[in-house]
Amino acid sequence: MSGSSKIPSSEITPEETFLNRRFFMKSAIWAGSSVATAGLYRAFAPRPEVASVGSVITSVAEPAVQSVLAADEKINSFGEIAGYNNYYEFSTDKSEVADKARNFVTNPWAVEVGGLVQSPRTFDLEELLKMESVERTYRFRCVEGWSMVIPWVGFPLAKLLAKVQPMSQATHVAFETYYDLKQMPDAGSAGIDLPYVEGLRLDEAMHPLTLMATGLYGKTLPNQNGAPIRLVVPWKYGFKSIKSVVKITLTDKEPPTTWNLANPREYGFYSNVNPTVDHPRWSQARERRIGESGTRETFMFNGYAEQVASLYAGMDLRTHF
Amino acid sequence: MTFTADSRFHRQLIVFNGLLPSLLMAVDGWRGKLGANPVEFVTRATGVLTLVFLVLTLLVTPLRKLMGWNWLLKQRRLIGLYAFYYSVAHLLTYLVGDRDWQILTVAADVVKRPFIAVGMLSFLLMVPLAVTSTNAMIKRMGGKRWAQLHRLTYLITIGGVIHYYLIVKSDITYPLFFAVLTALLLGYRLWMSLAKAKSN
Repeated sequence: MSGSSKIPSSEITPEETFLNRRFFMKSAIWAGSSVATAGLYRAFAPRPEVASVGSVITSVAEPAVQSVLAADEKINSFGEIAGYNNYYEFSTDKSEVADKARNFVTNPWAVEVGGLVQSPRTFDLEELLKMESVERTYRFRCVEGWSMVIPWVGFPLAKLLAKVQPMSQATHVAFETYYDLKQMPDAGSAGIDLPYVEGLRLDEAMHPLTLMATGLYGKTLPNQNGAPIRLVVPWKYGFKSIKSVVKITLTDKEPPTTWNLANPREYGFYSNVNPTVDHPRWSQARERRIGESGTRETFMFNGYAEQVASLYAGMDLRTHF
Repeated sequence: MTFTADSRFHRQLIVFNGLLPSLLMAVDGWRGKLGANPVEFVTRATGVLTLVFLVLTLLVTPLRKLMGWNWLLKQRRLIGLYAFYYSVAHLLTYLVGDRDWQILTVAADVVKRPFIAVGMLSFLLMVPLAVTSTNAMIKRMGGKRWAQLHRLTYLITIGGVIHYYLIVKSDITYPLFFAVLTALLLGYRLWMSLAKAKSN
């Protein structure tokens, strides 16, 4: 300690101050590191549950349809349905979509219906919301392996198509989602080509189960669920049920579909729910019902085989997956 | 005692901060705040945390060489053990949540799905490293052999990144982030060893 003895005693930090300073430093490091770690965790943790901001849909004609669920199946809560969404235009994090889509403008809105039809026209939202609606509780099975039960409000797509009178050459229907990088700033990193496009065969589109949904739980659709109007095809994987539709085109050939374009080996045009045909990277035999622990069996055509199996009579569903 | 010499303090800090994400997850789970699909969230979070701690272990050498932070070396095994801790949690979540404890179906899953196989292999490679992480083991094996064995971390991290990349549907932002970090950290080592070989 010969060197330090040369320092004038007035400059030596008193031991008490020194220990205090160390205590202060240590506490600051403790606090700073824990706040940083907890903050990082929070940044990636699921968001709190959302509440409905929709208005009541008054055009529901039928009383709530008796749902065709098994005795042990429960309708999912609004929070589950509106807080866990695949809507890549807003975010690829399902719990984040509700927040990112909060300010999405869905009114005014117009849906252009054209192509091979006798009387092409554009429907504005007001008119669509006035269409006689029905309440339909459907199973919703995502290709990722989870599922929900959702009480939709909407009208059969067949009713809309009847208004434009498809021509006899029309064999398919193509759909397109609204796309706008100003309102959807994260859409560029979604990893899929946008605008999102989907398609159905005309007989699938005309099937009475195929719905244009404008609401859920009796109120207009939350933005994150595809407001103001979306397709719902309950026997197909969820990505076929295209959201926030702005364009419907009747064609005479199979239209391109977004996930099929992104990865044709994994996502086919039909994408019917089928427990016997696995996704190349995971099994489709079982599903995780949101809100339940454990998994349950996946049904052929998502449990709607009785109504839709005839559409695919004679087809090899392994090649037409 | 200066900060750099206070290894007890470093240890406490790393023990607490490493444990913290799992504590918060447990509290969120207890309060039912893990979102609509808790199994999916816990699976992803524990997987990402495994990668985070793997990358942190790889960060120790460059930080020592470039910044002179040699005090980090004493904490490296602890950081590595956290990678193992979260990988065990990740595997358990998969066994409980995805396989419903049907352990026999795991083998079929491994054979059928490359991303499961890569993940499982990376996990199995971590086991010998965790087992040999004690002082006694280093002594028994000898420092050189021990260091050679623990270079498996390179392979494990690459496997972890590939495992992550293979499960993502389309948005590869996060796997890419870990891929770039891993490439930089392993690239640094390659560059250093090449430079060393040249000067010899």
